[in-house]
Amino acid sequence: MPRKLLIQNVDVPGISSLETYRAHGGYASVEKALKTMRPEDVVEEVKKSGLRGRGGAGFPTGLKWSFLAKPEGVPRYLVCNADESEPGTFKDRFLMEKTPHSLVEGMITSAYALGVHTSYIYIRGEFFYVARILENAIKEAYAAGLLGKNILGTDFSLDCHVHVGAGAYICGEETALLESLEGKRGNPRIKPPFPAVAGLYGCPTVVNNVETIAAVAPIVNMGGDEYAKIGIGKSTGTKLISASGHINKPGVYEIELGLPVEEFIYGEEYCGGMRNGKKLKAVVAGGSSVPILPADLILKTANGEPRLMSYESLGDGGFQTGTMLGSGGFIVMNEDTSIVKNLFTFTRFYHHESCGQCSPCREGTGWMEKILQKFINGTAQESDVDLLWDVQGKIEGKTICPFGEAAAWPVAAAIRHFKDEFLEIARNKKFVDISHYEKLNGGLS
Amino acid sequence: MGAEIHGTQKFNESKRTEIKFSEEAMATAKLLMSNYPQGKEKSAIIPILHIAQAEFGGWLSPEAMDYVAEILNIRPIEVFEVASFYTMFHLKPVGKCVFEVCQTSSCWLNGAEDIVKHIEKKLGIRVGETTADGMFTLKVAECLGSCGTAPMLQCGASYHENLTFEKVDRLIADYRTENKQKNYTDLDYKNTL
Ligand SMILES: Cc1cc2nc3c(=O)[nH]c(=O)nc-3n(C[C@H](O)[C@H](O)[C@H](O)COP(=O)(O)O)c2cc1C
Ligand code: SF4
Ligand code: FES
Repeated sequence: MPRKLLIQNVDVPGISSLETYRAHGGYASVEKALKTMRPEDVVEEVKKSGLRGRGGAGFPTGLKWSFLAKPEGVPRYLVCNADESEPGTFKDRFLMEKTPHSLVEGMITSAYALGVHTSYIYIRGEFFYVARILENAIKEAYAAGLLGKNILGTDFSLDCHVHVGAGAYICGEETALLESLEGKRGNPRIKPPFPAVAGLYGCPTVVNNVETIAAVAPIVNMGGDEYAKIGIGKSTGTKLISASGHINKPGVYEIELGLPVEEFIYGEEYCGGMRNGKKLKAVVAGGSSVPILPADLILKTANGEPRLMSYESLGDGGFQTGTMLGSGGFIVMNEDTSIVKNLFTFTRFYHHESCGQCSPCREGTGWMEKILQKFINGTAQESDVDLLWDVQGKIEGKTICPFGEAAAWPVAAAIRHFKDEFLEIARNKKFVDISHYEKLNGGLS
Repeated sequence: MGAEIHGTQKFNESKRTEIKFSEEAMATAKLLMSNYPQGKEKSAIIPILHIAQAEFGGWLSPEAMDYVAEILNIRPIEVFEVASFYTMFHLKPVGKCVFEVCQTSSCWLNGAEDIVKHIEKKLGIRVGETTADGMFTLKVAECLGSCGTAPMLQCGASYHENLTFEKVDRLIADYRTENKQKNYTDLDYKNTL
């Protein structure tokens, strides 16, 4: 049985209530940390665990925490990034909706480690109903003395507030998120200074993803060394993967890092194989921003090794033949899928979501969408493929925030691996609309 | 303060004096403002704009934004800056039910375009338009974090997932009968805070 540490209890009836959550061992990490550990001990366990940020970048969490500036008399903040808007990603929503106390527990234990007394959960506005679920959980936690003054009779106090956004992917970028939390447009800030030094209201701030914060609880419970034994190499622990597209069983799966990609796609315990027995064509393994890989390269590395679900294995081969684990948004496409049109939906997304501060990003995403539009309506020329390649290359590395790369990489990868498909459309002057619409069971007809 | 900073909509002095939160909404707004350190109440602007949108007919008129500026004690342009940045805020009147159909990758792979076309046909409007009876507005949206249950649409606070034509038809019929404004804040925000 693969180990599950985050969503093992989601099917327990009533697990979203404090009573049931506690009956299943919930809030043990708060008891343990606040009563038997010093804050720096908790940070040490997180360091030992090897936990890496689950929001996409995979930065070691313990290390990030150790950067937090601690000037006297200045408040520090913990902000949970629940903006989850990367296409293909819906794991945080699942966790917060099903087991909201897992996040609240992680917030308390993490805040204790960081010496934080005010924390915010910034959740995307569209998840309004999830925000209500979290607010209820927080209310229960206050009533039980797990939040507020003198938690569990100790001298640690913490407030936790839910803050809803209003629809802007860029607010997932941590400095844009902080701007938004301060009541402004979500324009990313120039770094440095990093949030660890000057974050929310100019004070030292840690921003972590929902799943990262939730993982702190099991780490404290089992100890960092035990946690580090799960997974493979520097990819320790478990990871939530949200799987969608042409598979039999879309949904959120908690895997031990190191699971073979093939088993994830075809295993009955996970995606259950391709829908309607179709062939696998391509996978976007970590949310829309990571490079798409064709079937042969997602199942095996260029050296013929089985590809594993880990930061290192998915990254093997760099951008020539590899990709990234990213946010764990795993989008599977079958043989009938038009890579060009899928890319168009991504690029339209990035154009729509660019905050507009940097010209390469603001203009480049619009330009790429326009070129791709030509492929859709059958007016593209062969030279447009080179133009597209050129434009994406002029965005990467020239912007304030990594959104620029996020918009450029999918385009580069699609051309790198599926150039023939672009050329064919350009040559035939016609977008061949091969059945893109899976006929849902009795549904679309 | 005036029409010029509020984009396409005209500012109307007499409407402005009519605009006021219900007592409940005002209490919620005050509570929200207390979530942030003293002097940082502006942080509550997005949550309060959601309430304003729910209170004043599903969209943010220049007068409504002006009113929110007054509550937060900031300049109206600061409200407009924010309201115009985030896609969930409507700066023009919308129908009672705004259908936001996700059109990004996973939804597209599962037939989102067909769903959009079906709704267009069924309601006799195109994307971006509102039905003549003011009941429905059709919009397309980018990934709503529901890719595993694609295709999907959001209407107010509700997610409608694994859509089929039949499901969409039923949804339209149900909303017609209910004849109620759907807001993001629908879910009893007053009770949980
Ligand atoms: C354009 C963009 C969008 C992002 N969206 C999210 C998001 O929705 N959720 C998230 O946790 N991190 C997101 N990130 C990453 C955050 O900036 C940040 O690295 C993360 O919240 C740190 O938390 P972690 O270390 O726990 O992963 C995004 C980054 C960029 C550049
Ligand atoms: S890269 Fe794009 S999203 Fe990021 S700051 Fe520049 S314009 Fe905004
Ligand atoms: S792609 Fe439609 S909800 Fe994510």
